[in-house]
Amino acid sequence: MSEAIDRDINRSHMKVSDEIAIDIRNMNKWFGTFHVLRDIDLTVHKGERIVIAGPSGSGKSTLIRCINRLEEHQAGHITVDGVELTSDIKNIDKVRSEVGMVFQHFNLFPHLTVLENCTLAPIWVRKVPRKQAESTAMAFLEKVKIPEQAYKYPGQLSGGQQQRVAIARSLCMQPKIMLFDEPTSALDPEMIKEVLDTMIELAEEGMTMLCVTHEMGFAQAVANRVIFMDQGQIVEQNNPHDFFNNPRSERTKLFLSQILGH
Amino acid sequence: MSEMHAETVPFVRETMLPPAPPPIREAGAVRWLRQNLFSGPVNTILTLLGIAIIWFIVSHFWPWFAHSVWRADSLAQCREIIARTWGEGASGACFAVIRERWHQYMFGFYPPELYWRPLLAFGLLMVALAPILFSESRIIRRIVLIVSATATLILALALGIPTPALILAATAMIGAIAVAERQPTRLLIFSALYPFLGVWLLWGGSLWGPLMVLASFGLGALAWVVVARLLPLLAAAAAIIVALVWWIGFAGRAAEDLQNLLPLAITPVASDQFGGFLLAITIGIAGIALSLPMGIMLALARRSDMFLVKSLSVMFIEFIRGVPLISLLFVASLLLNYFLPPGTNFDIILRVIIMVTLFAAAYMAEVIRGGLAALPKGQYEAADALGLDYWKAQRLIILPQALKISIPGIVSTFIGMFKDTTLVTFVGLFDPLKGISDFVRANFAWKGIYWEPFIFVGAIFFIICFSMSRYSMFLERRLARDHR
Repeated sequence: MSEAIDRDINRSHMKVSDEIAIDIRNMNKWFGTFHVLRDIDLTVHKGERIVIAGPSGSGKSTLIRCINRLEEHQAGHITVDGVELTSDIKNIDKVRSEVGMVFQHFNLFPHLTVLENCTLAPIWVRKVPRKQAESTAMAFLEKVKIPEQAYKYPGQLSGGQQQRVAIARSLCMQPKIMLFDEPTSALDPEMIKEVLDTMIELAEEGMTMLCVTHEMGFAQAVANRVIFMDQGQIVEQNNPHDFFNNPRSERTKLFLSQILGH
Repeated sequence: MSEMHAETVPFVRETMLPPAPPPIREAGAVRWLRQNLFSGPVNTILTLLGIAIIWFIVSHFWPWFAHSVWRADSLAQCREIIARTWGEGASGACFAVIRERWHQYMFGFYPPELYWRPLLAFGLLMVALAPILFSESRIIRRIVLIVSATATLILALALGIPTPALILAATAMIGAIAVAERQPTRLLIFSALYPFLGVWLLWGGSLWGPLMVLASFGLGALAWVVVARLLPLLAAAAAIIVALVWWIGFAGRAAEDLQNLLPLAITPVASDQFGGFLLAITIGIAGIALSLPMGIMLALARRSDMFLVKSLSVMFIEFIRGVPLISLLFVASLLLNYFLPPGTNFDIILRVIIMVTLFAAAYMAEVIRGGLAALPKGQYEAADALGLDYWKAQRLIILPQALKISIPGIVSTFIGMFKDTTLVTFVGLFDPLKGISDFVRANFAWKGIYWEPFIFVGAIFFIICFSMSRYSMFLERRLARDHR
């Protein structure tokens, strides 16, 4: 189960502070008439690593996509780093530049080189001078261990490399919070580890992270909270040890028995 | 039993196989022929049939071409020469008409002593286009610039360009090549100024006219900067209003006053003196340059979330695509006169350019919308998630990819539009295909000559359109990013 994680996690920086990073109150969302998120209450503190699990269609992705307003919520409140998400475009842009997002299908810009992918937002949104943006980007590409690919186009890289570029691209905006939407689901088994390693490193540095993932090994090793969702609701949340060893709800037990059963 | 057993023996590869070269296939012309032309009975019959058709066509047309006459004063004289040389009843082309009237096919009724001006305008157009069309390939840009500069200067000399103009033109060309070698992006400034220079060279008159129109852009930009500091939301509106007020209200008078102060004018040429390929290329280039940005805006508007913007765009596109171009041209030439205040002289070529642009833009919008729709949703989401606002996301992420996908459709629209410029004959302008040809035939010497002008004009259209098509393929190859 946790074969992908074969090293000791350095927990010295993984401290959870009292400051609130994300505050979701009574949030509801519908797709047409379909009630996709129901009464979501969730408070995320700075430095927390949260893994969101659940069957497909349970609203996990929709929940984290609401946090940077890729999806609009229809009722309740979402406050990110002190800024409430309303239809005010200024607030949305402010939140988006503080929150990094990594997608299942990478969503790199295929017409730009890896380096250009990483420098685009800092130059055009943060107004960082090009030289400085490039050196920051190289530093982050170094960190995800692919500096030698900087001048290639995304189409020339493997899936795992592309996902690491996508992580570097988000990091170049120096985000305070990182959202991961099933970052390893589209990858070959051999490439999952390289992406998880990068995510673990981020966690070790104290990044606030919300990960929708099916990598339960990662959840056990890194998360300080696991949230289980079903039918648009938070069914259970607990620390990973108790979540995996003493699940309380029947739905959670069924889910765990199915994904860990063989 | 033993065979099955053999397959289940555990196997471990000790050494990995190195990659081997592929087997050499039999090659040569005979194999190619056999594979492509005579692979089976049906294919063989089709091949023979094809050869027969080609032979039929060539054998009928070849004598006509082979007997062509290039030196004669009239069609009758042509026929006489053909009958004398090739015997009674022989057919032959009379290209003498092209030799005598080529200048009308090229320039219409433009004053012959000023032919160098459209030529120079065309040469400078190449200079203006080089940094846009060949932005990424230094060598091609260099070749295009040097060839067009040399050809323009030599031809201008042959057409009797006055010495001061020749010196100015040569300096400009050499300067452009030098700039293009060092900082190609600087040449884009010239590209931006070219429309004003081109219009001045073609229509002549006071230089102050185009300069004052240019000034309206400058004033608009100034208004933008000033207002953006106080009221950012109104900046765009203020810029447009200031530019329009200056353009419509003051530019004409200011140009006159400045002309009186410091006369800077060349011989004016009226729009009804334009004709032939000069007219087709003027309308075509203006239409292409204006319809692309307009088409992009319409395509974005049609995909907008704002109801009013979207409906207006849909109505415009569907209306324009629903009526024939000729009806728009009639509107331009006839109806506008009723609506405009009496005495206004709204140039007919300008009116036609506006209509052709609107027409092409509607088609362009749909082509580009196809490209926008082809982009995965993830591209929009990634741009949003990085905090790029709508315009930045469109400019940096969406449009570069969508336009690349739409290149074949965009160029098809350009080609179609360029050929449609021949329709201006219906509003009394002299297009090369019908307008000029009818005019040439109106002379008794060339009465009844049809094929030769059509072939000549068709060949030039083909060269221009085929070049555009080739350029689109070149651009597609150059922008290919999927190295799979």
